[in-house]
Amino acid sequence: MSAHANAETHAAGTGKTFAWVWFWLILITAVEVFLAYMHIRPELMLTILVGLSTIKVAMIMAYFMHLRWEKLGLVLWLIPALVFCICMILIFFFPDGFRLEKQRKEYKPLSQMSAPVPNGHIWRV
Amino acid sequence: MWLFIISDALTFTVLLVAYSYSRLTNPNWSTPFPIWPAIALSSTMSVILLSSSLTMVMGVAAAARGDRRATVKWILFTMLGGLLFIVLHSYEWMHLIHDGLRPFSNPWNGSPLFGATFFGVTGMHMTHVAIGVIYLGIIATGFGRGKFTSEDVEVSGIYWHFVDLVWMFVFPLIYLMSVKY
Repeated sequence: MSAHANAETHAAGTGKTFAWVWFWLILITAVEVFLAYMHIRPELMLTILVGLSTIKVAMIMAYFMHLRWEKLGLVLWLIPALVFCICMILIFFFPDGFRLEKQRKEYKPLSQMSAPVPNGHIWRV
Repeated sequence: MWLFIISDALTFTVLLVAYSYSRLTNPNWSTPFPIWPAIALSSTMSVILLSSSLTMVMGVAAAARGDRRATVKWILFTMLGGLLFIVLHSYEWMHLIHDGLRPFSNPWNGSPLFGATFFGVTGMHMTHVAIGVIYLGIIATGFGRGKFTSEDVEVSGIYWHFVDLVWMFVFPLIYLMSVKY
């Protein structure tokens, strides 16, 4: 594998290519910081930031980690399994997270309730 | 190394999801980072880490050419970037600890989980950077003496880029989403 790896490394990009990738990564980071400075809606901000970060991660994996020049089999072995696991984690966590957030927003302190609370029960999250 | 990267990526995914879940479900989540100096400092840390990835990839290319001197030089630059990152991050931690932030208490009257998740995620990442600096030191020494091959340098480079990659999600989710206006 050593000779094979060496041969692939020789073909894997030039200093100029890596410098360009670095430049774009810095530029995207600057855009992210600018968005934070602009104070936009948190939901929109989160969507844009996650999108830009995914682009940055894809660039790092493709160029710096050499996946662009690796065999397709390695990419197909690594990426779909990782994406699947991350999706499963998100599916397990976030529906419950949004449910709790909704409950929290609907919760009113006892002093603000107009009707008596049955059995002294207070809906708390 | 790739198997380790995938398993470690899932570890960081769960940490960041736990952070996001805590933030979503707790009222009064703290947003304590002003643009100056906190965001400026963390942005500088991002640039340092990205630049260290560039020096690392140059080191891997030099190793593939068989240029030992250049390889060791580029790896030392990478280690310097990592050390600078740790110094700046420690400075930021000390500043927050001085303000009263602890893993189980919050000086800004918000959820105490803020400290737990902040120190948990950034501490885990900083540990990876510290281990990476030591790992690169061993590789640079070994490659300089002819004990390691260019493939060993390439594998250490994959680890270092992974550390950089994780920060690409930690920085926006922990810092940029918690700006104090």
